[in-house]
Amino acid sequence: MFHEPAPTEQKEDKAAPYKAKLGIWMFLIYAAFYGVFVAINTIKPTLMEKNIGGLNLAIVYGFGLIIFALVQALIYNYLCAKEEERLNK
Amino acid sequence: MVYSQSAMAIVIFVAFVLFVLCISFYFARKTSSASGYFAAGGTIHWSVNGIAFAGDYLSAASFLGICGMIATKGYDGFLYSIGYLAGWIVALFVVAEPMKRLGKYTFSDALDVRFNSKGIRAMAAISTLVVSMFYLIPQMVGAGVLVKPLLGLPHSVGVVMVGAIVIFIVATAGMTSTTYVQFLKGALLIIFSTILVISLFYRGLHINSDYNTEKPYHKFKFIQAMITKEGKIALSNKEYKTKEDWQSSPYVKKGFIELVNVKDNQESIWSVRQGKGGVLVLEETLWVTTLNDGTKLYNGALPKEGRFYPVGHIGLIKGEKGDYVKKTGALGPVSYLERLKDSIVILWGKKIIKDGDSKVAVYYQKPTRGNRLLRPGLKFKVDNATPMEKLNFISLMLALFCGTAALPHILIRYYTVKSPQCARKSTIVAIAAIGFFYILTLYMGLGAMVNGVLNITDNNMAGPLLAKSFGIALFSIISAIAFATVLGTVSGLIVAATGAVAHDIFDVLFRIKMTDKQKVMVGKITAVVVGCLAMYLGIIFEGMNVSFLVGWAFAVAASANLPSIIMVLFWKKTTQEGVTGSIIVGIVSSLGLILISPDMYVRYGLLPAQAPITLNNPGIISIPLAFITLVVISLLTQKKKEAVKA
Repeated sequence: MFHEPAPTEQKEDKAAPYKAKLGIWMFLIYAAFYGVFVAINTIKPTLMEKNIGGLNLAIVYGFGLIIFALVQALIYNYLCAKEEERLNK
Repeated sequence: MVYSQSAMAIVIFVAFVLFVLCISFYFARKTSSASGYFAAGGTIHWSVNGIAFAGDYLSAASFLGICGMIATKGYDGFLYSIGYLAGWIVALFVVAEPMKRLGKYTFSDALDVRFNSKGIRAMAAISTLVVSMFYLIPQMVGAGVLVKPLLGLPHSVGVVMVGAIVIFIVATAGMTSTTYVQFLKGALLIIFSTILVISLFYRGLHINSDYNTEKPYHKFKFIQAMITKEGKIALSNKEYKTKEDWQSSPYVKKGFIELVNVKDNQESIWSVRQGKGGVLVLEETLWVTTLNDGTKLYNGALPKEGRFYPVGHIGLIKGEKGDYVKKTGALGPVSYLERLKDSIVILWGKKIIKDGDSKVAVYYQKPTRGNRLLRPGLKFKVDNATPMEKLNFISLMLALFCGTAALPHILIRYYTVKSPQCARKSTIVAIAAIGFFYILTLYMGLGAMVNGVLNITDNNMAGPLLAKSFGIALFSIISAIAFATVLGTVSGLIVAATGAVAHDIFDVLFRIKMTDKQKVMVGKITAVVVGCLAMYLGIIFEGMNVSFLVGWAFAVAASANLPSIIMVLFWKKTTQEGVTGSIIVGIVSSLGLILISPDMYVRYGLLPAQAPITLNNPGIISIPLAFITLVVISLLTQKKKEAVKA
């Protein structure tokens, strides 16, 4: 039904400002990639039929957006963990 | 559509649902104290939480709705997969860790941490209730469609069944059991969807879509016709003749013609298209007649007569050498899409025709190039679109992108892990699991499109019916998982709603001091009320694509919650008045725009054209409006803020 309050394992995280800044930048990069996808579909949708290695651009871009999200997430986690280790020793 | 029930399917389904309930009770019983009842705070491992996130997120909309929309509208359904996943980027990079650091119980704790304002509490709780309710509708609709072919029960019974089971689960269990149920369900959904997609690759593409386990796939006929000098129609197939009054029929104006079978006098509707050399080509259609008293006839007969057929086939398949082939043999993930891209697929259009007192929905064949259906535009108009149609598309994509990080039942899960780092890691696990599943949805949807299993009147069952073409066992398991998916998501949403009422409204806003037992009672009553309301709405919205409905929930969430969350986290000048105003404007504008949208006008029994606006997705207006409201009110109330500080 509910959950207990989050536990108190919340020491000061000196890496928090770095992570917040990194997060915003990575978000902006992804948002731009996503924005271009929406823009192509709105402005010149037929471009999405363009052949790329046997598939069309829509499929390649769509899968690309999904895979890019995971790749970015892994990079973000790696960089955050590294910084946490360095600053929170 | 009439489905025959299999005893094995029912046994597997019931066993699975009972298994889910047993797990739920097992974890519920482990919590012996009243405080333990409000389980899970920080006790869940991040990897389990990550898959549970996927379980929460991969709701009826993802499995039933997206597959159904892809099966009937191609790539436009996949846009939901892309948008839903992209939303996790906002959750991971912007919201996850700061929310975890600020929050204690619910996301309104995080919003309110700087202000300690009753107004924020109240609005956040109301927003949680509204968004949860919107998200509950499609889940209930999904439950209704699932039980039809599986158990042979009407839609409304399915909705009531889910409502009753979930209210029972939520009223007896708690967050820990919900988390483990979601974990199990999320994992099973991904595993069995993978099995289904691999089976699909192994089958490849085939001109003959005869995979229906119940009866052979109906071969849709076509007849050549000529208009004679006397103004009559001469048909190439002598089994049929035109109706006497065909010229004055309401169907002719819409591009159809009624024919009568000479042998049994059965009437049928055929679409008319221009062939080569002045010849007309008449193609068989499917049609649903709604009589004045509400009775529905399928191809002119009651459903039990079985005259209505499943659809979904390919017209032409291009082989590897550029020639046309009857079948491809086994394909891989890339070659499946390649072959389909170069093929001609038969999609189905729909036209509504008024025939006397009856309303007739005619479904007609639309041969479509594979490359065309593998890009956006068949549902959301983007080609030669008006500015408003383009805005509709952008609005949808914006709401999907912004909605995830503002969903209360997703936000609440950040408090079930022990640290911000764990919140981050569980989000990454969720992105991996959900992303993989969403890639599978494309194949499942396309598979349903070309394997002769689709119920054209309600596409929500595309995924499970595709599984049925591989055997009853897979169908039962997939349906049971989908049903558990609905159970789990509905539980999560009701948990979020009860939390909002008991914590934010009773405890903090009204300052009613309650014992644990009383809090449990308030929660149970809320669960029953919210559950009953959701059941009612689930019955009303029967037949609407569940993913489309979730799109609305995302728009409301993104408008009501996201501006406040983002600005509280990143803008120091945010004031409590700004947050409260933004939530109010977000809810009112998004709800208002939905209620006057063309799609809602159809629900009111009116024509879409009668709607005062042509926008179906409110996000493009309501999200910026909520942001602007927050900024303007916050700037106007800076002095008050400083006075309070002093």
